[in-house]
Amino acid sequence: MIEFDRVTKRYADGSPAVADVSFTVPSHKTVVLVGSSGSGKTTLLRMVNRMVDPTSGRVLIDDVDVTTMDPVRLRRSIGYVLQSGGLLPHRTVVENIAIVPRLNGATRPDARERALTMLDTVGLDRDLASRFPAQLSGGQQQRVGVARALASDPNILLMDEPFGAVDPIVRRSLQHELRELQRTLGKTILFVTHDIDEALALADEIIIVAAHGAIAQRGTPTEILTRPANAFVAEFVGVDRPERRLRLADAAGVEVVTDASGRPIGTLER
Amino acid sequence: MKWLNQNVGSLLELTVAHLALAVPAILLSLVIAVPIGWTAQRLRWARDPALALVGVLYAIPSLPLFVLVPVVLGIGIRSSANAIIVLTVYATAIMVRSAADAFSSVPLEARMSATAIGYSTWHRFWSVDLPLAIPVMLAGLRVVVVSTVSLVTVGSVIGIPSLGTLFTDGFQRGIVAEVAAGLIVTVLIALVLDGICILAGRALTPWARAAEAR
Ligand SMILES: Nc1ncnc2c1ncn2[C@@H]1O[C@H](COP(=O)(O)OP(=O)(O)OP(=O)(O)O)[C@@H](O)[C@H]1O
Ligand SMILES: [Mg+2]
Repeated sequence: MIEFDRVTKRYADGSPAVADVSFTVPSHKTVVLVGSSGSGKTTLLRMVNRMVDPTSGRVLIDDVDVTTMDPVRLRRSIGYVLQSGGLLPHRTVVENIAIVPRLNGATRPDARERALTMLDTVGLDRDLASRFPAQLSGGQQQRVGVARALASDPNILLMDEPFGAVDPIVRRSLQHELRELQRTLGKTILFVTHDIDEALALADEIIIVAAHGAIAQRGTPTEILTRPANAFVAEFVGVDRPERRLRLADAAGVEVVTDASGRPIGTLER
Repeated sequence: MKWLNQNVGSLLELTVAHLALAVPAILLSLVIAVPIGWTAQRLRWARDPALALVGVLYAIPSLPLFVLVPVVLGIGIRSSANAIIVLTVYATAIMVRSAADAFSSVPLEARMSATAIGYSTWHRFWSVDLPLAIPVMLAGLRVVVVSTVSLVTVGSVIGIPSLGTLFTDGFQRGIVAEVAAGLIVTVLIALVLDGICILAGRALTPWARAAEAR
C-alpha cells in the first residue's frame, strides 16, 4: 500500500506544484491519476521513489516513510516507466531490460535470461533483443520500457504516461495487454495519464486531479462516469460528449448500441 | 630529397619526441576537462565562471607561458614537463567547454530514467553520462588533437625538441627541404591522430550509427 499523507511540494520558484494532498493506493490495485497538464501528477508519482522529496507531509510504503529509505535501493525495488519508454539509447534492448536485475545483484547470464523472458511477457520477439532503442517503433520502445520496469519483479509499478507517444490503436492494445498482465501479476500500480479513456480502461480506482494536485474526485470508473462530483469532473470526463451518451437501437432484430448522434458502436449482449 | 636521405634518423627521433609531448598533453586535458565539464553541467551556477576562466587561459600568448611555467614551478625551461604543462593548459581550455557541452547534450530523459531505475550518481556517470557524451566530446577532442600537435612546434623556439626544431633549424641554415619535412610530418601526425579519434569514436558509439541507419 502506498499512502500520501498531506504532501506538499514547492519547487524553487515558489508556488506549490502539489498542495496538501492525501490518498492511498491499495495493494494489488491499479490507481490512475488523471488530470490536465501541470496539475502535479508527475510530481506525486516521483515522490514515491524519491526522485522528488515532499516539502512537507509524508509518503509511506507499507507504513514506512520513504524518506527513511535509501533512495537508490528504494528505486531498485520499484518499477518505473517513463513517458516514451525512457530507454537508454546506448544500450541494446536486452541490455536495457537486464540493467535492473543486474543492479539488484543478478549475474550477467541470469539477468540476460530474465530480460529475454520479459520480452516474451510483453509480447516482443526475441529477435529484437540486440537492437538499439532507436531501431524500434514507438510502441515497441514502450513495451521494452514496461518489460524493464517488470524485470526485477517489483511489488510497485509507477507508470508516467507510458503510452503517451503511440497512436491510438497501438495504445489500446498496450492498455489491453497491461490489463492482462495485471490480472496475473497483481502489482500495486500508480498510473498517470491525461487521457480519461485510458483511465477508464485501466483503473480499479480513478483519481481526478485538479490544479496543485487537488483531488476533484476519486472513485471507480463506473462511479466517475455515472456520478461526477462536480462540473469540473463532468467536463473532464466529458459525460455530455456524444460517445458517452449511448443509446439502444433495433436493427432488424439485433440490438445495436449507438452514440448520441446515432453512429453504431457495437451490439448488445444480454 | 638529399636532405631527407641523410636525416631519416633524426626525423624519426623528432617525430617520436613530438608525439611524446602532444599525446600526454591531449590525454591529460581529457582527464582534467571531463570532471570539470561534468560539474559545470550539474551545477548550473558553476558553468559560466568555469567557462570564463578557461577562456582566459586560452587567451594567454603561448611563448610567455613557456617561459613563465618553469619559473613558477621550478622546472627546466627545456624540459618535456614544461612543454607538456603548457600544451595541457591550452588543450584543457578547449576541452572543458567541449566537455560541458557534451554533458549538456545527454538527453534529460536518459538521465532521469537511469536515476529512476536506481543508478547511483557515480554509477550513472560511468554508465550513462560519459558514454552518451562521447559524440560531442569527440568533436572537441579532434580540435584539441590538431591544435596541440601544431602548438608543440612553438616549443622549439626555446629549444624543446620536436618537429618544430626542423623549422627553426632549417630556417636558420636556409634548408628548405628541412622546413618542408617538418611541416609535412606535423600535418601527417595531426591527420593520423585525428583518424584514430574517429575510429575510436566509432568503436565506442555503435548506437549512434544504428540510429542513423534507420
Ligand atoms: N523541477 C521542477 N522545478 C520547478 N517546477 C517544476 C519542476 N517540475 C515540475 N514543476 C512545476 O510543477 C507543476 C506540476 O508539474 P508536474 O510535472 O507534476 O505536472 P503534470 O501533472 O505531470 O503535468 P503533465 O501532464 O504536463 O506531465 C508544474 O507547474 C510544473 O511547471
Ligand atoms: Mg507529467
